[in-house]
Amino acid sequence: MIVVEQKPVDTIQRMVAPYNKVMILGCGTCVTVCNAGGEREVSFLREALQFAEAKNGGRDHSFTEHTLKRQCDEEFLELIAEQVRGIDAILSLACGIGVQTLAEHFPDMVVLPGVNTSFLGMAKEWGIWDERCTACGDCRLEETAGICPITRCTKGILNGPCAGTKNGKCEVSPEMDCAWILIYQRLERLGQLDKMRRYYPPRNFRPIPRPRRIVASPSFTAVGGNHD
Amino acid sequence: MTKSLFEEKLNSSKFLITTEVGPPKGVDISELEHHIELLKDKVDAINVTDHQSSIMRYPSLGGCLLIKERGGEPILQMTCRDRNRMALQADLLFAHSRGVNNVLALTGDSVDVGDHPEVKPVFDVESAQLLKMIRTLESGKDAAGNDLKGAPQFCVGASVHPSADFIEPQLIKFEKKVAAGAQFFQTQGIFELASFRRFMQYASQFDVKILAGVIVMASAGMARYMNKSVPGIIVPKEVIDELATAEKGKGLQKGIEIAVRMIREIKENNLCDGIHIMAVGNEGIVPEIIEAALMEKVQT
Repeated sequence: MIVVEQKPVDTIQRMVAPYNKVMILGCGTCVTVCNAGGEREVSFLREALQFAEAKNGGRDHSFTEHTLKRQCDEEFLELIAEQVRGIDAILSLACGIGVQTLAEHFPDMVVLPGVNTSFLGMAKEWGIWDERCTACGDCRLEETAGICPITRCTKGILNGPCAGTKNGKCEVSPEMDCAWILIYQRLERLGQLDKMRRYYPPRNFRPIPRPRRIVASPSFTAVGGNHD
Repeated sequence: MTKSLFEEKLNSSKFLITTEVGPPKGVDISELEHHIELLKDKVDAINVTDHQSSIMRYPSLGGCLLIKERGGEPILQMTCRDRNRMALQADLLFAHSRGVNNVLALTGDSVDVGDHPEVKPVFDVESAQLLKMIRTLESGKDAAGNDLKGAPQFCVGASVHPSADFIEPQLIKFEKKVAAGAQFFQTQGIFELASFRRFMQYASQFDVKILAGVIVMASAGMARYMNKSVPGIIVPKEVIDELATAEKGKGLQKGIEIAVRMIREIKENNLCDGIHIMAVGNEGIVPEIIEAALMEKVQT
């Protein structure tokens, strides 16, 4: 999932200050799962903003709340078209994709990001999320026992560990596993150490220049796409 | 024909001595020049570090040119942290054109450990890939396969960590560096010989020269700090304890004693092909160490 972190309330306050009527818009997918931008957080944030404002003696803003199933899909944005007409700004708690889809869909509306989009990752345990994928566009997990060196090695190197690894941890932090030690151990367990002995040439960064686009094959379009 | 004076020595049976100098942060190069003058006739080659520990400094290539101008033999330390393939190749072409023909190919420390932790780390390639890229340049092609107008030639080295706590993955990397074209290795700091002997038993099957890295510690505090904060350094407790026995202000003397003992043991037992002395800021004491360890003035 896409992992995000809510911006500090005072940062959000400064961002919304110029606008009177603000819609706080949650998103029902990734950001709901990582407890940063779902229905519950929308409600908490509204209370926090109102409380902060009341404490400062003012009540200049009016906040409304909505949460969509997905902000990154224009089909769902149409559902709030009516409400958006009466407001000055949308404070989106979706990832950067949601914020930009809103901006594209409502060309005259100010859209503000209420969260920082952090990474693609997984919930490691309750309240802890770890990055797992860089979306590099050239997956090589088959070669590295399902552990991504591009994401999990701080240097993203492809031919084994650097000399900075100590106690199986990274030179950057004694809390962080060395990806290449993990890869070595798992390849050994799978009897596939030959994969580590291979030389891997430098990465091809051509799939990377941004922004990227994927165009579906004609057969995909013919069956009407996959819009469940 | 050999590619450099240092390669000529590598090909001989001489016990090799290299050391390193760290360029300053700023344009006052007087101390660097002083160290070069002091060392150039005492060692077989002088490495110039490349923003060591990810601390921004005067460039390695600049230091190498200073050595060259003074008639010394430089080894250009080149890390992959700050330059992509285009910039690395350009610097290599320039280095060759100025007679800097020895290169130590390193991945480089993470930017997080240095004094510019907010910069973009590059790591477009890493050590093994850089080695291969250097060999490709020598074949008259650049990394994208285009023809070069005049191909450079380099004597190329790399680094290895014989006392790493997970040694097997390091050895796999070592073999990749050998296959990628490394002719010599300057090891990370060696502080005990048991693991180094084991490493040499394994490494002697490869046609490469190994120079044992000897770090001169200035105090027990420095050793503890390096253990904690410097990537690739593991100082054993016994060494820290020995440093701690030094009287106040005599830490460096104790560090020299330990280094000299280490070098003697390596040379007398014929453990490897030479040594690489890292004095980390105390470059001035290197001649003294060499003299004490080898009991003769080193002729180059």
